[in-house]
Amino acid sequence: MEINSTNPKEDLQAIREIMERSSKFLSLSGLSGIFAGVCALIGAAVAWFVVLGSGNVHYDEYYCSVGATPFNQVSIILGIDAIIVLIAAFLGAYYFSSKKAKKSGQKLWTSSTRRLLGHLFIPLVSGGIFVLILAFRNNIDLIASAMLIFYGLSLVNAGKFTLGEIHYLGLTEIVLGVLAGIFILYGLLFWVIGFGVMHIVYGIVMYYRYER
Amino acid sequence: MKNPISNLQKVFESRIRLGIMSALMVNDTLDFNALKDLLELTDGNLASHLKALEQQEIIVVSKQFIGRKPCTTYRATNLGKDLFRQHLAALEELIGNQ
Repeated sequence: MEINSTNPKEDLQAIREIMERSSKFLSLSGLSGIFAGVCALIGAAVAWFVVLGSGNVHYDEYYCSVGATPFNQVSIILGIDAIIVLIAAFLGAYYFSSKKAKKSGQKLWTSSTRRLLGHLFIPLVSGGIFVLILAFRNNIDLIASAMLIFYGLSLVNAGKFTLGEIHYLGLTEIVLGVLAGIFILYGLLFWVIGFGVMHIVYGIVMYYRYER
Repeated sequence: MKNPISNLQKVFESRIRLGIMSALMVNDTLDFNALKDLLELTDGNLASHLKALEQQEIIVVSKQFIGRKPCTTYRATNLGKDLFRQHLAALEELIGNQ
């Protein structure tokens, strides 16, 4: 770092760069978005082809017919499927972001990282608990919608502290969540678009913008 | 026309002080280590610039203990923020005049 500043243009650039770096988590990698999307697609494919028998057992009809027993075998397998997808996506986000941080010579665990995670997890954990409540109360048909809406809110909340695209990804997820609530028979389809396709699309955009 | 250079603050002439202030404009408080990592400075170098800013009442220092570890945090004062804004405006005006 230069000791004395002589060029006002360079000064302003340095100021802007430090302001951004000190307040935002910029190590988020587009590759982690692509990876999370692929995990979601695989998870959804497992749910559709293996657990729900290629749609022979319809997502909603099935659950309507399940009725009184909340935790039958299929819900448990779907729950495990979802948890594996979630863990894989988070590990991917951690792996690709630490790689990006290393490449640009920055630390991964900074005060901006903690702030980002704090703002992400408050709505996300509330949403997770709400989804569990829905599952226990047999309102399975609303789960896809609730997951998308709460995830979208988490991203909008956290978007201020990281790359700007996250804010728009959040808004997209909220819209998809509302649509999933209206067109309730297509919940799984909207889930696939929101968690699979949109992660991949935004991941590619972020990768091309910041990492090439 | 008023000369914009008169609004440039002497205290921000050093790039390091400019950096410290930039970080404290967008963060309510930052601790010593966060500033150190951000600006990639040695302890002594950062400490001497922080001291200078503190003496001019541009930043305030507060010391607490987290468990047994001392933790020193820094915050920009209102005076410091005003001076920094003036300095920014002067820099922008200089670029506009070039």
